[in-house]
Amino acid sequence: MSKITFSEETLKTVREIIARYPEGKQKSALIPLLHIAQSEFDGWLSPEVMDYIADILHIKPIEVYEVASFYTMFNLKPVGKCLIEVCQTSSCWLMGANEIVEHIYKRLGIKPGETTADGMFTLKTVECLGSCGTAPMLMIGADYHENLTFEKVDNLIEKCRQSGKRSSYLVDNMLG
Amino acid sequence: MGKKLLLKNIDIPGISSYEVYRREGGYKSVEKVLAEKNPEAVVEEVKKSGLRGRGGAGFPTGMKWSFLAKPEGVPRYLVCNADESEPGTFKDRYLMEHIPHLLVEGMITSSYALGANKSFIYIRGEYFYVLRILEKAIKEAYDNGWLGKNIKGSGFDHDLYVQIGAGAYICGEETALLESLEGNRGNPRIKPPFPAVAGLYGCPTVVNNVETIAAVVPIINDGGEAYAAIGVERSTGTKLISASGHIKKPGVYEIELGLPVEEFIFSDEYCGGIINGRKLKAVVAGGSSVPVLPAELILKTAAGTPRIMTYESLADGGFATGTMLGSGGFIVMDETASVLRNLHTFARFYHHESCGQCSPCREGTRWMDQILSNILKGNGKMKDIELLWDIQGNIEGKTICPLGDAAAWPVASAIRHFRKEFEEFIENPAAVKDVKHYYSVNNISEA
Repeated sequence: MSKITFSEETLKTVREIIARYPEGKQKSALIPLLHIAQSEFDGWLSPEVMDYIADILHIKPIEVYEVASFYTMFNLKPVGKCLIEVCQTSSCWLMGANEIVEHIYKRLGIKPGETTADGMFTLKTVECLGSCGTAPMLMIGADYHENLTFEKVDNLIEKCRQSGKRSSYLVDNMLG
Repeated sequence: MGKKLLLKNIDIPGISSYEVYRREGGYKSVEKVLAEKNPEAVVEEVKKSGLRGRGGAGFPTGMKWSFLAKPEGVPRYLVCNADESEPGTFKDRYLMEHIPHLLVEGMITSSYALGANKSFIYIRGEYFYVLRILEKAIKEAYDNGWLGKNIKGSGFDHDLYVQIGAGAYICGEETALLESLEGNRGNPRIKPPFPAVAGLYGCPTVVNNVETIAAVVPIINDGGEAYAAIGVERSTGTKLISASGHIKKPGVYEIELGLPVEEFIFSDEYCGGIINGRKLKAVVAGGSSVPVLPAELILKTAAGTPRIMTYESLADGGFATGTMLGSGGFIVMDETASVLRNLHTFARFYHHESCGQCSPCREGTRWMDQILSNILKGNGKMKDIELLWDIQGNIEGKTICPLGDAAAWPVASAIRHFRKEFEEFIENPAAVKDVKHYYSVNNISEA
């Protein structure tokens, strides 16, 4: 495995982010940097990737692990290329989020937390994403897909398959 | 039609761009405060307006601002809370997505009042696409001289950044938000010291919700008195309400505080009534944390007075028969909905979102989730109701931050007003599977 390192272009962005904070407060850049790292290194944060971020920010690896493990959006295990996150809270539930999860199970054979054998899809149920007026909804990468119907879900799955790209919070319109 | 202050230009094509926003009078509040050179007067104007924090707590904004410590040589910060995560709430997302410059303008005007040369908008991680919209708006503001050094020749310097979160409801609590902004786990701090004295990086800091900061713009443009003239008593101005659930027209509505609840739910101008001609069963009026009320108590107080959309009227009767305006996350349930199942989604939510710092919340939210899950699977016992009541009572008021209270109140109110539904579920497990929307995340194949 090659040494983990950001591209020169990404490092430029990283330096810009770190410069936002006062002298000695560079740890503030940790969450933005973890997002970038997750996006660049296959959609999850391996211990090696987290150590690399610790190096960049001159903090101890444990300071990265404890933060990465706190926040829902950081994956500490590999995930499928297309991470489907279905909101399951209140309004989404009232409008049929469970049926959406069941439908995805029927189509892909995966329950929440599982990944398809080909490594293409991971299904995750998440808590309120602030899309209550357009429920039910799911998120793939940075994109919200709202007012879902089974047909819309089928189309999304098909588009993901066709695109074959890895979803990332940093990329809008992945399926555009 | 009620008066609109924040969303009055929302339908103008291109309002999210700088050019159109500016053409429609944008950034006037910044020009005004920079010309008048009197930050204290800005704080006074906000005090006069009666504006209260729109994130949920409803604390008077002008008073919060006046608490800000101003020691010599120490930087002060304004931090905007855009972590909007309270289930049922999506107003800040709407505002930032469609009229981002209103927030940027509010940040600059407010920062001038507070003497802050640097400010942050902390936005929840899932709103990544909104982050892009805000970054574009901020760049436009820099390019047009509203941010940076010596803004419009005033001598006032200001830099504004957006900070992304990564999925944690708790970071909407202001001290957890500051921890997160410093690159830590979102564990709330013990207060005092309050952020006004020791906030971001130990410096005096004001944390305000998106809608609160946006409201500063019309307050400065039209004056605090004009703002205070809208609304009823201590509920002044307008409020964004996120309406969702079993209604014909879900969405974000800007209402004048004082609007009758009945009109809000049934008028075509707002929610448009209940879908499929069904009856109203219950409402969670201010986001998941506030007590759920049955139809008769949300429309009228226990004394029979029609309820109106104000902090005071919704709270009339205390928790025995009232609720709270909260964040304005208005979730409507029709007669087919199960209050108990909806409650379980809340309990699961708080279990997931507890930061784990305080035992009553860490353990209690898990127990409540499990007990409710058991009842819904048909394995409940009558004594579970008393057990739930006991647990919620042992969380409320016994934690560092209000997440514990927020987790306890929905459970307490559901038992208070819908005990019969609990009993029916427990007594007749066979009927459980007939209820619409049955399925358990862990038992898909059985559904």
